[in-house]
Amino acid sequence: MKNPKPYLNPYLAGIGLGLVLLSAFVIMGRGLGASGAFTSVVAAGVNTVAPAHAQSNEHYKEYLNTPSGNPLKEWLVYEIAGVLIGGFLSGLISRRIKRSVEKSPSYTVASRMFFAFFGGILLGFGSKLARGCTSGQALTGGALMSVGSWVFMVAVFASAYAFAYFFRRQWQ
Amino acid sequence: MNAPFFQFGMFDLESALIIAFFIGIGFGFFLEQAGFGSGMKLAGQFYFRDLTVFKVMFTAIITAMLGLFWLSWLGFLDLSLVKVLPTYFVPQLIGGLIFGVGFVMGGYCPGTCCVAVVTGRMDGWIHLLGMFAGIFFFGEIYPFIEGWYNSTPMGETTLVSLFNLPYGTMVFMIVAVALLGFYGAEKLEQNFSK
Repeated sequence: MKNPKPYLNPYLAGIGLGLVLLSAFVIMGRGLGASGAFTSVVAAGVNTVAPAHAQSNEHYKEYLNTPSGNPLKEWLVYEIAGVLIGGFLSGLISRRIKRSVEKSPSYTVASRMFFAFFGGILLGFGSKLARGCTSGQALTGGALMSVGSWVFMVAVFASAYAFAYFFRRQWQ
Repeated sequence: MNAPFFQFGMFDLESALIIAFFIGIGFGFFLEQAGFGSGMKLAGQFYFRDLTVFKVMFTAIITAMLGLFWLSWLGFLDLSLVKVLPTYFVPQLIGGLIFGVGFVMGGYCPGTCCVAVVTGRMDGWIHLLGMFAGIFFFGEIYPFIEGWYNSTPMGETTLVSLFNLPYGTMVFMIVAVALLGFYGAEKLEQNFSK
């Protein structure tokens, strides 16, 4: 097995991402997203298990009443399906697909998994409060100069730097 | 030509979904190429070890921002038809603070997590499960926080309308700040890798 290829120059990768975002603006009149697609999946799941419960919740209802009638037949869900394929293809051609756990070599897998899960909960919850994540708010709203998106972006960086000390053993 | 194409009814909803899929492929491809399938690389941002997150994010923002500016200036794109999300100041501020803790704790954000998952990162899978749990938790408590969630609304406010500056001037200022930031990021990386 050959070694993985080096990552793309960050400025080139940024221009590539920026052009993808620009193409979404030009073709669709909207930007990119990620957490919205996950919300569609959660809303569809709740609706399958407990339809009455989902239908009585204004937030789930917003994600269930799509133009197509099917909560998963949504723009962001299709976009995220593409992200999975695009990420996989990129990993494949650069030989970076490998079953692994991202952590400092001295850190235990169990602790890493605990923080991955708990961090995921905070991330999911935070992105709902903010009405979007790094894709929908920071990138998309950032490029459109939305005030809320810039507030979100500054808050994310400030809080990640403020709490980095507590997770240093995981990453260093 | 009139852009955004979809807003001018150039294709239907079904075609929009296929386009979404292809835009997503481009999005995922560049996220992975940037190295964002790796939690170690993403977290490096918060220890000044590797400022790729900042560089990629701000290069993408100014690229798209300049593209919008020029296409609108040339009369190709009607900027008023590009959807700006409305601002809810306090919930977005608090959401960002919680998101930041989750980011440095978990190592990924929703988009990069997808790339981690498909390139075999087991922590990415667990992170994804946590994210679904967090979204589910929000959905379940939504009836109790709905009032607060919709508080401090500012409408579709942008930095342009907030500071009352010409669009081009605001774009120029953000690009200038980003370029200064890139210079600073390169210097910081040099210092921290010594």
